[in-house]
Amino acid sequence: MSVWVYGEQKSELGLEGTITRKLEEDLYEVFIGPQHPGSGHMRIIIRIDGDIIVEADPDMGYVHRTMEKLSEGREWIKNVPLFERMAIHDACNVTVSYVMALERILGIEPPPRAKYLRTLLCEINRIAAHLYGFGIFGVFIGHSTMYMWSFADREVMVELAEKLTGARLTHSYPIPGGARRDMPQDFPQAARKAVRYFRRRLDEYRKIFLDNPVTRKRLEGVGIIPKKIAAELGVVGPVARASGIKYDARLAEPYDAYDEVEFEVPVYEEGDALARAWVKFEEIKQSLRIIEQAVDWLEKHPREAPIHERFWAKAPPLWKKVFEAEGRVKLLPLMANLKLPPGRAMARSETARGEIVYYVESDGKTTPYRVRIVSPSARNAIVFKYIAPGYKVMDLPTIYGSIDYFPPEADR
Amino acid sequence: MEGNGGNGGRVYVGNLDKSAKRAKQLVMGKLRMGKAVDWATAFSLWPVHLTTSCCGCEFAATWSPRFDAEQHGALPWVGARQTNMILIEGTVTKKMACAVRVTWEQMPSPKFAIAMGACAIDGGIFYNSYNIVRPWEIIPVDVYIPGCPPRPEAVARAIIELQRKIRKQRVASKWIEEGWRPDREYVKPKEDPCSWWRG
Amino acid sequence: MSLDQARRIAEEALSGIEYRVDEGKGFIEFIVAKENLVEAASRLKKAGFDHVKSLTVVDYKAEDKFKIVYHASSYLNEDLAKAIVGIGTEVPRSNPKVPTLVYVWRSVEFQEREVFEFFGIEFEDHPDLRLLLLAPQIAEKKPLRKDFIVKEEPIIRTKPPTG
Repeated sequence: MSVWVYGEQKSELGLEGTITRKLEEDLYEVFIGPQHPGSGHMRIIIRIDGDIIVEADPDMGYVHRTMEKLSEGREWIKNVPLFERMAIHDACNVTVSYVMALERILGIEPPPRAKYLRTLLCEINRIAAHLYGFGIFGVFIGHSTMYMWSFADREVMVELAEKLTGARLTHSYPIPGGARRDMPQDFPQAARKAVRYFRRRLDEYRKIFLDNPVTRKRLEGVGIIPKKIAAELGVVGPVARASGIKYDARLAEPYDAYDEVEFEVPVYEEGDALARAWVKFEEIKQSLRIIEQAVDWLEKHPREAPIHERFWAKAPPLWKKVFEAEGRVKLLPLMANLKLPPGRAMARSETARGEIVYYVESDGKTTPYRVRIVSPSARNAIVFKYIAPGYKVMDLPTIYGSIDYFPPEADR
Repeated sequence: MEGNGGNGGRVYVGNLDKSAKRAKQLVMGKLRMGKAVDWATAFSLWPVHLTTSCCGCEFAATWSPRFDAEQHGALPWVGARQTNMILIEGTVTKKMACAVRVTWEQMPSPKFAIAMGACAIDGGIFYNSYNIVRPWEIIPVDVYIPGCPPRPEAVARAIIELQRKIRKQRVASKWIEEGWRPDREYVKPKEDPCSWWRG
Repeated sequence: MSLDQARRIAEEALSGIEYRVDEGKGFIEFIVAKENLVEAASRLKKAGFDHVKSLTVVDYKAEDKFKIVYHASSYLNEDLAKAIVGIGTEVPRSNPKVPTLVYVWRSVEFQEREVFEFFGIEFEDHPDLRLLLLAPQIAEKKPLRKDFIVKEEPIIRTKPPTG
């Protein structure tokens, strides 16, 4: 039994905990969710005084699918598709750091071609995920045009990813030691066409959404997170960067090809919902730059198997034949029973919504001893509790949409 | 007791239940409106906005301009009371099962359910997980969509399949005639899905 | 700034406290006694590690202990941001109680609640130690402990009702 403090009232709380809350006088308790529009599946219990939120209590766990436990019973390679289900519209970004952690334990580095291929897919995913976020944001604040536009344009990037990997969303692209596939011959043209299209299109996004007076009235000055509080709460990704924190896992610990490509990290000082939207908007532009550079590099350099030579040397002849004919790396048989030496590693990567951290521990078996995942949405959920109070009830969807909270990722 | 409504029409007065039953008999029996009811129901499916899991990504894409499932006569709507279809997107966790059942009970009948994704069929990649339930233990499901996640075309196909089912098996009109659907009746959760909440 | 420099800064901050260094790939951990945890953490925070990235708990059943490590890093200091430095402690499995670090790092509040429900580790003086993700019936089983074994479901089962 532990003593917990809520307001001025102290009460004993066991495991039945969640319902033994006392409703204070003069305060209404409103349950928002889990059935609500937008990327729902989460409940926020708010207490309101008139129209003002006094307390917000995020009630998460509606999509908790026990990934950390399940991973302990599955082979290393099988966990890649498992962890991907955290955020399937951002699949490569989410799994690449798990794969990096495995590579660190194995003590190998993927070949440069694989690094560029991963970077390419990561950025394609990032744009698609940002557009997804914009679309849901549009639904939240009643801006249907934004939903329609961004979901229509998202298909361009999803198609591109499909061309590269063969799957719309769940690519399972990075594997320990490299990537699963080389790019098809006609990919560079398609990628450049998409980039050109987006450059033209983004200006219209700015006009209809970000510079729209109605949207600005809705977003400006809502959910302000000052820089110091942002650091204290440990928020990540666009939320942190909109508050003036220049932190990006791609800068702090460059992985894959991010130390070779040129890009900037947009930082805004305002810390409100509008700034967060602007950060995402500017990040799409930077991602387009990275896609161009990655495609250029890949075109210039000769095709080779995008997998570490230690694995490729052991590949059966049929595998090499398939690669020469189709540019596809069939999953190597030794991956199924991959044994990792005992060791511990941590790796981080920047997903669309922020930094994801993996802690991987191996005890020399074919399955992990422990995998700890801290996803960006899980770290951003604390915003509801500390930032939402003080704003109006109608500002809650704005805050929810602007931090781009994605419940399956937060609950794992 | 029947009164004369003038102009050849009829007004039923007296016991409301009895009158409703007779009106139903008139409409569904003598006037043969069953087919019209089925036809109308098939093309006004309103899925409720309950996104249970990650298949919601493709659920959202289904109604986006490229795939545009609205052309088949279905549009997601906000309130459970104004909808007649539930689309389970992927895994249903133990905590979410309560929300699914409550939403299902709030919806007016005739109502239908589509289960989307491998997880909704039998756990999918989350087989063995201690925190999931199968959606068919919670609510009666009409159409299953395989895939992880299913493509938006598959979702659109499922909607068309459901419409065909409604019109061919006369699901909606039978539901109105009999007041219940015999093949749906036994799907009642063995244990209260909200027990974690009610304590 | 590399991990070595961050290590030196952390070692400087922790001088006077007895610690053990556990190295991993991509991070470094300082394991202190339970009584010194709060003191060590607040010194690290003063040194510039202003947020916690991951509250990692590993159940070593064979050695009968939980290892609780707060992997911290920095936002406001761009050099320190390049390293992940952990501060942690070890507690016996029979009596898993540690002082909370919420008052040092507010960013661990939700993660401590998560650890509380998955491992049953109690954080003393935590302001709001409730369940976060799980329903109470499941939280009772403490699912992430090693003695909770995932039940293999049979492959062949009664078919779901066809639509």
